[in-house]
Amino acid sequence: MNFQIATLLGQDGLTNGAIYALLALSILLVFTVTRILLIPLGEFVTFGALTMAAIQMGKAPVLEWLLLLLTTIDCSLDIYQQARTRIDKTKLQKTALKLGYALLMVGLMHYLNLAETPMFFQAVLTLCLIVPLGPIMYRLFFQPLADAPALVLLIVSIATHVAMVGVGLLLFGPEGARTQPFSDSGFRLGNVMLKSQTLWIILVSIVLIVSLFIAFERTLYGKALRATAVNRMGARLQGISPVFAGKATFALAAFLGAASGILIAPITTLYYDSGFIISLKGFVGAIIGGLISYPIAAIGAVAVGMIEAFSMFWASNYKEIIVFTLIIPFLIWRSMNSQHVEDEE
Amino acid sequence: MNQSSNIDLLKVSDLKVAYGKVNALTGIDLTLKEGQLVTVIGPNGAGKTTLLSAIMGVLPSSGIIRFDDKEFTSPEVETLVGHGLGLVPEKRELFTSMSVQDNLLLGAFLRYRKGDKTYDKTLAEIYSLFPRLWERRQQQAGTLSGGERQMLAIGRAMMSKPKLLMLDEPSLGLAPLITREIFRIFSDLRRQGVSILLVEQNARAALRVADYAYVLEGGQVAMQGPAAELANDPKVIETYLGLANKHQELLSS
Repeated sequence: MNFQIATLLGQDGLTNGAIYALLALSILLVFTVTRILLIPLGEFVTFGALTMAAIQMGKAPVLEWLLLLLTTIDCSLDIYQQARTRIDKTKLQKTALKLGYALLMVGLMHYLNLAETPMFFQAVLTLCLIVPLGPIMYRLFFQPLADAPALVLLIVSIATHVAMVGVGLLLFGPEGARTQPFSDSGFRLGNVMLKSQTLWIILVSIVLIVSLFIAFERTLYGKALRATAVNRMGARLQGISPVFAGKATFALAAFLGAASGILIAPITTLYYDSGFIISLKGFVGAIIGGLISYPIAAIGAVAVGMIEAFSMFWASNYKEIIVFTLIIPFLIWRSMNSQHVEDEE
Repeated sequence: MNQSSNIDLLKVSDLKVAYGKVNALTGIDLTLKEGQLVTVIGPNGAGKTTLLSAIMGVLPSSGIIRFDDKEFTSPEVETLVGHGLGLVPEKRELFTSMSVQDNLLLGAFLRYRKGDKTYDKTLAEIYSLFPRLWERRQQQAGTLSGGERQMLAIGRAMMSKPKLLMLDEPSLGLAPLITREIFRIFSDLRRQGVSILLVEQNARAALRVADYAYVLEGGQVAMQGPAAELANDPKVIETYLGLANKHQELLSS
């Protein structure tokens, strides 16, 4: 190995690591607020990438019909619930607004000349399609059993993942897709060539991570979300609705997942089922952070990316094994050092 | 009833709660006027905690809850919190892995959301009321002692500046000295014009601070009246207060 190869591998590792870090943070975020291990996170990544690819090819991604279908189910549940108690005007307005949004997206997908629109707008469209799926998913699959034990939530989460992989195959077909890079230029740093997409990924990831950190540690809204995670009843008594908290975190996770998908689509070919392994590597990062610590999880995820890149060079057959074996020493170290704060008095 | 006005702040009519087929409350009527400290006493299992949970919306109920001139039937917790009702539950429900200061700040979440930036002042008031919380403001709430947790739970509820503060067994599991301190704080709060609905096992102390009292038995109001009168009622003395000496004798026998 010479310096040139090392920098290339390092570049790869860093880009992957940045994506894993974003995913690790989403997993952590959803887990701490709702106690759900968000296994379908990887599907948001593939849906993001494949939708972007479809839009760039100038055809409607079919995902808008899924959005419309789920929104309709969501709205009919809303109306059914209101019919049983009493009709509330503002709530009805909200329901109408949700349906209107889904219809608008369907309309946009079919009447816009998608391939001609600028790339930034294509990315925004993709996010607009995918982000609402997060809260709807929470509403339909998780909200009815929000008080269930964590194991039940995990099982539902796995089921959602399996279902979404199937839906992915149905919507996007078995072919892989790749998108155009955000910009074509490359940079020369010394005698090393830097791909511009690498810089894009690292830059966007850092911006997202820093803003997440500030939002969660410094603002009262972030603290309110964390408080819901610690004690649901306590949070409700302060007027913080756990339903709102759940929907907000799922929307955030869907956003981070889809954004990661859009970011990596130009450098890797993604298939309908590639999301799982990607989010699993983010999960390794989250475990390194003990599912609690955001900074350690982010650093862990970057380390996962680096180790993956370098093991690709030395032992490419064992790449995945090496990455996933990483979990074991951390779990041992964690279980030996863990401290429990007494919950009950 | 030195400071209370004649406006009904809380009026509960025919409140019923059932756990499955078991009726926990069978038609409770209760009124609390603005500025009053009303206490609900009664034996274990009389439905005192159920009553508070139903008023707060934690439990589904039937019957009308009239709070601050608005009518609710089996409301949502968040709705009532938004209208200025605060509850310090029996289990405290603190955010144990967050700092004392964050716990208190989250108490003002709704005020913050509505753009009310004066909660810093309330925070200072609470710290001056509970100096112990100030000393421990950076500590995790889970590391506090029982009495400090109770202070934190009360302080957190007060951060929202509730019109009515409901407390469920605030003296539960606390040493007598700390109980005395907490009861002194209720008198302070009432002097500041906060209305309080207090559920207590410690009937003697509760009747001493309260204006009006309800005695709950088997999910129904068995007796009610001004606290001072009830404290001298022979039946109440017999069942709930006991003669101090006799009680101690029985305990040690």
